[in-house]
Amino acid sequence: MKILIKDGHIVDVRMNLDKKADILIEDGKISEIGENLEFSSGDIVYAEGKYVFPGFVDAHCHLRDPGYEYKEDIESGTRSAAAGGFTSVACMPNTNPVIDNQSIVKYIINKAKQEDMVNVYPIGSISKGLEGKELSEIGELKFAGAVALSDDGRPLENASLMKKAMEYSSMFDITIISHCEELSLAEEGVMNEGYQSTILGLKGIPAPSEEIMVARDIILSEYTKVPVHIAHVSTELSVDLIRHAKKRGVKVTCETCPHYFVLTDEACSDFNTFAKANPPLRTKKDVNGIIEGLKDGTIDIIATDHAPHHIDEKNVEFNVAANGISGFETAIPLAITYLVKPGHLTLKQLVEKMCINPSKLLGLGKGTLEVGSYADITIIDIDEEFLVDVQNFKSKGKNSPFNGFKLKGSIYHTIVNGKILVKEKILL
Amino acid sequence: MVLKSKNLLGLKDLTAGEIEHILSNAKTMKLILGSKNKKTPHLQGKSIITLFYENSTRTRLSFELAAKYMSSSAANVSASGSSVAKGESLIDTAKTINMMGADVIILRHPMSGAPHLLAKNVDASVINAGDGINEHPTQALLDMFTIIEKKESLKDLKVAIIGDIYHSRVARSNIWGMSKMGAKVSVAGPTTLMPPELEKTGVKVFNTVQEALIDADVVMGLRMQNERQKSGLLPGIREYARFFGLDEKRMKLAKKDAIVLHPGPVNRGVELTTSVVDNDKSFIDEQVTNGVAVRMALLYLLTRRDINENTD
Repeated sequence: MKILIKDGHIVDVRMNLDKKADILIEDGKISEIGENLEFSSGDIVYAEGKYVFPGFVDAHCHLRDPGYEYKEDIESGTRSAAAGGFTSVACMPNTNPVIDNQSIVKYIINKAKQEDMVNVYPIGSISKGLEGKELSEIGELKFAGAVALSDDGRPLENASLMKKAMEYSSMFDITIISHCEELSLAEEGVMNEGYQSTILGLKGIPAPSEEIMVARDIILSEYTKVPVHIAHVSTELSVDLIRHAKKRGVKVTCETCPHYFVLTDEACSDFNTFAKANPPLRTKKDVNGIIEGLKDGTIDIIATDHAPHHIDEKNVEFNVAANGISGFETAIPLAITYLVKPGHLTLKQLVEKMCINPSKLLGLGKGTLEVGSYADITIIDIDEEFLVDVQNFKSKGKNSPFNGFKLKGSIYHTIVNGKILVKEKILL
Repeated sequence: MVLKSKNLLGLKDLTAGEIEHILSNAKTMKLILGSKNKKTPHLQGKSIITLFYENSTRTRLSFELAAKYMSSSAANVSASGSSVAKGESLIDTAKTINMMGADVIILRHPMSGAPHLLAKNVDASVINAGDGINEHPTQALLDMFTIIEKKESLKDLKVAIIGDIYHSRVARSNIWGMSKMGAKVSVAGPTTLMPPELEKTGVKVFNTVQEALIDADVVMGLRMQNERQKSGLLPGIREYARFFGLDEKRMKLAKKDAIVLHPGPVNRGVELTTSVVDNDKSFIDEQVTNGVAVRMALLYLLTRRDINENTD
């Protein structure tokens, strides 16, 4: 089976390519790149006027399967990812049961194989049952196929257990992704603490709730010499702490999510629960700090933190509404519209942050279109505008504060392992 | 004049004109309250429901009497004795009430924004009778009504609100309402009980009660809850009373004819000393009467909206 991608503008960092060329796919792998490639039979994807990227990799999402299939399952989640232009996704372990043992890892990998959409990589939990008390069976998780460890959704409160987790996991060469939140500071807060929480009469989560734990994990990483990855960075000081740590040579990496460089806590106005997330949306100063961190390379990765929820969990009082944003189907256009178009990032930097770096973090060997690599490809018209309509989401989660936004960057084709999943904007 | 919205969710959303309109109607209602036969036909055929998720004596009774004085049928739902206790969601409970023909639902709820959620999901008018730490608009309306009765206008009056501003929906509603009506609002309270960046609303924020009291025309104490001590926000009620309690000596900093208000119930000796509570400048009892008048005016205006025009 052959596919020819014709006349697209290829952007690939590893090959240092930024020009118009054809790509030939044979047996699921990229076999040739060049101008006016010869082609006899098979599928042709016309990509003239569009950009051809290595398949986008999401280092942080929630597929909710097993246990919360009413929010999302592996079928709907992987279809949503494909529609949004992602070819590989790593899913967090706050499922039910928790991904804290090898059987759940295998369940997810097998179910994803049956669905045969995007590549799915489970992330195992650091602690059993996400309880923060005992370590999960980290070695077995790794050998079953877990690509990282995280208790995402809640912090590892016990600093000593975090130190031990770093030391123990280093033996298996598996990365820890830390959800940084000092719960004693977050208390009963439901949005960012500041002017907006004051005028809405909602209890606030102060920025130090995140920053204190970012600092703690940086210190533990420097001490143990074990890398740590900070999830969903949302404040300006967190970025600065990480910037400083990197200068000191600490092996810390981090990610942010589109909502942290697009929205502020003003989005919570009128008690809009679609803007409720953890960490919460912050202030303009923080948004600027995040963008600065993306520009200077302090922030390595843009992840979606795709967090689908059922409408009944959002159509309730703000205090009890679920945290999170359904993110797969807006993340890439948001990055294009709010980072690439205003000139904060080049397309190559976008590829670094959404293809290469997440792949590197998780050890996936993706993120490039080099000959011989698996044919994971995303083709985008970065100038085409569209209106976000959550009713068109393939995800079960319609919980997005971006409904009605006009964004640039239409996902035209998503190809995974040489199989076309999205063709001419239609999910097959 | 017609109120713009079918609901009263907070004073943040009202214009000065709308506030004035409610208060001037309340004046008429107060006359009715003072008459021998406290009955008017204004709400005949209307159904008013109070839906209370928190305990309340005065607010609830005040709304109920307001509704009954105006000949409406009124009924109560309280969270403990209903399907709410069985875990029914706010929206489902409210839809049920709505379908039984409620014209006005009066909601008190421990979570900020609950009335806003309710209003989006029912046809009935929704009145916020206190939501979390957000707003308690009818309390602020009756406070302003009382002030205007004594001082004629709020314009350029100096109002000092003292106490736990952070947890006070009364303070928030008064800050919105009084600022719109041209008053100059100062607040004072322990730093741990002050909402962040409050000064951006135009309010003056002080950490000593003395600074806020200087030349005040109106002094309002807020109820201090015992549990603030347990959550580490205060060392204790005794120390609070020492630094923020309103006594006769401190009241001398205010203008000679300054009036004292409190949303009640008062912790005597904590927020206000007994001599301040029972002083002839204190109008805490009259606030209660005015509460009924203001709520009558509000029910009247919200239920006659549909007679004129529906702009919501």
